[in-house]
Amino acid sequence: MPKITYLENNGNSKTIEVSNGLTVMEGAVQNDIQGIDADCGGGMACATCHVYVNEEWFDKLPKKEDGEEDMLDMAFEPKKNSRLSCQLIVSDELDGLIVSIPSKQG
Amino acid sequence: MIKTDTLIIGAGPVGLFCVHQLGIIGLTCEVVDNLDKIGGQCIELYPDKPIYDIPAIPECTGEELTNNLLKQIKTFKTNFHLNERVEEIKQDEKKWLIKTNKGTQFETSSIIIAAGVGSFEPRKFSTKEIEKYEGKKILYSVKDKKIFKDKTVTIFGGGDSALDWAIELSNTSKVILVHRRDDFRGMQASIDKVNQLKEEGKIEIYTKCQLDSVEGDDEIESINIKHDDESIKEIKTDYVLGFFGLIMKLGPIAEWGLNLDKKTIPVNTENFETNKKGIFAIGDICSYPGKLKLILSGFHEGALAARGCFKYAKPDEKYRFEFTTSSKTVKSRLGIKE
Repeated sequence: MPKITYLENNGNSKTIEVSNGLTVMEGAVQNDIQGIDADCGGGMACATCHVYVNEEWFDKLPKKEDGEEDMLDMAFEPKKNSRLSCQLIVSDELDGLIVSIPSKQG
Repeated sequence: MIKTDTLIIGAGPVGLFCVHQLGIIGLTCEVVDNLDKIGGQCIELYPDKPIYDIPAIPECTGEELTNNLLKQIKTFKTNFHLNERVEEIKQDEKKWLIKTNKGTQFETSSIIIAAGVGSFEPRKFSTKEIEKYEGKKILYSVKDKKIFKDKTVTIFGGGDSALDWAIELSNTSKVILVHRRDDFRGMQASIDKVNQLKEEGKIEIYTKCQLDSVEGDDEIESINIKHDDESIKEIKTDYVLGFFGLIMKLGPIAEWGLNLDKKTIPVNTENFETNKKGIFAIGDICSYPGKLKLILSGFHEGALAARGCFKYAKPDEKYRFEFTTSSKTVKSRLGIKE
């Protein structure tokens, strides 16, 4: 199973095996990762699953759809490497992905 | 003091259908919602987005769904208390006493929380020093546009609110529009208008920039915005407006002694009652094994919670299940003449 590393905003690092087909958001919510709220449940309607993707990974990810960039306008402190974790579907290609969680979501 | 059988918190689709289910079993209700309009997330987050998983409705938008639900409950002439948030609830023997932030008071035998993920509040700037200016010089909504006359107003955001206010205020104020990327996501006509005003020198636009810091004491002297390339630009401004949409906060619900699991309220699946007798939770805000955050699940939850309210509203009567197709009583409650 692919391993995803979540860098929590309290400094903790958690590496979790997430099944293929789940989203990076779901992997976080199911494993009690701090700081991913996912208020809308993955509908790309809230921007509270916002993460920063480590630079080496950012270009390897599937490109953002328009709706995602629009929602990132709403996110807390968006940066160039911002993504919504509900739009990142886990696959073998994502094994080793590292995401950092912003200091807060709202 | 408004007396009602049930108080529903939240005027989203699930709250609206619950009004229907209460109505057909002969219970009255009042609805409170913190937003200024009916429809909850359907209206606030995705009014134009099509929904494809409402049973028997192959496709409809959030707005259409809301309008149809309102049509379905029209006959009950329900009171909606919009722009109000329930702050306090208190148990008084077999009644619940409820107070909103505007001072409206209710006496009810049961409460149904259909509050989604809580109440919507504006998203704020993340910069630390902004707090002392918020509500005075840094605003997230416009209540009285006259205060901006002949002043410099810096507007942050890239959606319709930011664009609409940039256009509107450019008539009487110096307007500077700042957005974190080059693309604006508002209506094309508004984007074109803003660009035209920029050509005419009526609006200044800075893109790929975000607020970095604010200088000043009581008044704002200037703000610094930071470009993606890390360069800083100072802007003299009197007011700052931020339009970053809304975020959902659980708010006062967290203080009512209900069991909470993260931001949700655990319920039983027999009637969706919480750990407090007479308080029910339905829709996105409730949790139980197997919970799906779907509108259709919320409809089911509301139907059962409404029946759960019956014994509190009419303790001396026995609830009897009836179909809308055959029951004369139900039809008369629906205002159908035969």
